[in-house]
Amino acid sequence: MAQIELENIARTFSLGNAKVCALSTINVAIEQGEYIAIMGPSGSGKSTLLNLLGLLDQPDAGCYRLEGRDVTTLSSDELAAVRRQRIGFIFQSFHLIPRLTAAENIALPLVLAGVPPAAREKRARNALAKVGLQSRAGHRPDELSGGQRQRIAIARAIIMRPAMLLADEPTGNLDRHTGQDITELLESLNAAGTTLVIVTHDPIMGRRARRRLLMVDGVLTDDKGGTATDPPPGSPGRAAAPHPFAEQR
Amino acid sequence: MTTADVLRFATRAALGYPLRTVLLVLAMSIGVAAVVTLTAVGDGMRRYIAGQFASLGANLVIILPGRTETGGLQPDSFAASTPRDLTIEDAVALSNAPLVQRVTPVSAGNAEAAANGRLREVMVLGATSDFILIRDLSLAQGRFLPVMDWRRGDAVAVLGATIHDELFGNESSIGQTIRIGDRRLRIIGVMEPSGQGLDMNTDELVIVPVATAQAIFNTTSLLRILIETRDRDAIDAVKAGLERIMRERHEGELDVTLVTQDAVLTTLDDILGSLTLAIAGIAAISLIVAGILVMNVMLVAVTQRTAEIGLLKASGARGRDIVRIFLTEAALLSFAGALAGYLFGLTGAWLVRLYWPELPAWPPTWAVAAALSVALGSGLAFGVMPARRAAALDPVFALARR
Repeated sequence: MAQIELENIARTFSLGNAKVCALSTINVAIEQGEYIAIMGPSGSGKSTLLNLLGLLDQPDAGCYRLEGRDVTTLSSDELAAVRRQRIGFIFQSFHLIPRLTAAENIALPLVLAGVPPAAREKRARNALAKVGLQSRAGHRPDELSGGQRQRIAIARAIIMRPAMLLADEPTGNLDRHTGQDITELLESLNAAGTTLVIVTHDPIMGRRARRRLLMVDGVLTDDKGGTATDPPPGSPGRAAAPHPFAEQR
Repeated sequence: MTTADVLRFATRAALGYPLRTVLLVLAMSIGVAAVVTLTAVGDGMRRYIAGQFASLGANLVIILPGRTETGGLQPDSFAASTPRDLTIEDAVALSNAPLVQRVTPVSAGNAEAAANGRLREVMVLGATSDFILIRDLSLAQGRFLPVMDWRRGDAVAVLGATIHDELFGNESSIGQTIRIGDRRLRIIGVMEPSGQGLDMNTDELVIVPVATAQAIFNTTSLLRILIETRDRDAIDAVKAGLERIMRERHEGELDVTLVTQDAVLTTLDDILGSLTLAIAGIAAISLIVAGILVMNVMLVAVTQRTAEIGLLKASGARGRDIVRIFLTEAALLSFAGALAGYLFGLTGAWLVRLYWPELPAWPPTWAVAAALSVALGSGLAFGVMPARRAAALDPVFALARR
């Protein structure tokens, strides 16, 4: 059983009277610990796919099994619980809360989970150490550089020890050198066993991933270097050939 | 999320936008302060006037001639329907009733007074020696009416302060003569100025023995009889006794009206209480306005913090957590406003007391409780909609905002 199984996922948005098909018949299986880059031109549905994976959005059709559980039927409270426990998000614009200190930003998921303050502080300190920013615990986001902010955001994403990290253009707002550092940090977390899914425009960053999903117009056109499920017979729009066990592995 | 964490988060959020928070707290506090101060003034006025009335004598029964009542039509209804006059004899009889401390018959009328070469229209009050005690007045010079038979009309007069000043100026009037109507009276005393009383201005009276007044106006009837009971609790028992005496004296018919200060006081209290309530109601409108302001501010906050809400949702906050966060923030803002307003209101009431020391301007407890609860209630009620809106935000859309 793969950690993530998407079967015939479709997502359509309504723009006025027009229907825009953001995703159609997506079939993907992702194993625990994989390192995946979702790539493709703007508007190809990369972010929509990531939002679906992160349970921020719900598909209009198809089945999404996360760790064997069909999550398309869960209530919004149950979805929130799954996001809280299993999923860490990293955003291009960091999304730190400006009035909170670095440590408080990191501890936010713990606050939402109702972890008592003493335990929160300890875990936030550990997470800060993991991203190398122990000395910045009391700083507010506007006192930190872009790279430091993204490190804080990463520390926040991993504080609940999620099964997967979903990163939407994590280096998009950073210079190349800082972006490199952030990528390496994410990769080290992946090496420790966390599934890492990155949406990126950057071909260099994409090449670093062990598996690349290429999206064009809401369709998965290529799946390089990883495993994928066999599509159900007769399902249209599927392009990616299964590629059992990548050469890079 | 634990309640303590919600509270902490909401507090940080409120403090994160200091100008907005201060302005909103100010708006809310003005409403609460208005209620607290205005009801303090209203209630102070009520107490002030009640106090003035009580100083006239709370254990006072006033008997007026005539009685307004509705009865059945009986054969004798057409006869003897004119009320009998009150007389000095009635007053004498009443003074012997149990638990009665003092009695004074009162008659009054307007007459022309001449003294010291000046002429003036005055109100002449016929009374007895006890009048000064019953009405709690004091003398400036000379003495008051002497104790004597009420039916004897001595030719003496006591002047009100204004009358004395206008007729005699700085000269002494004691021992001088004043002509009232066709009678010449010797001035034996001058009253202390007492200000405007509630029924008549005692400064503009000339007080003479009741029989003298009746002679001047050529009448045997009285305007009223004032009766002071031994203590306030006895008033109902005394009233019953007085009614019985009057019934006996007036051939079994109760054709007088007994008024107690209590009844007047209660009525006045009711009127001024309603007035205070009305003032409070008007001031409370500003609290509703402040509530709408809370809603507006919270709606802006939701728009401003859309990305933050998206992040909270992505981090696993449930809709109900977000409702709690925003509702708590609205409640905190209203609470701070209510508290500040309460303090402002107390200060306002204190200033009123400072400038008008005779006005006991203390905010009534009910008004304070109502102001605080309306402030909190309207803040909470108007906070619900923005909080729901925040909770209903689509996380994908919310996260797309910076």
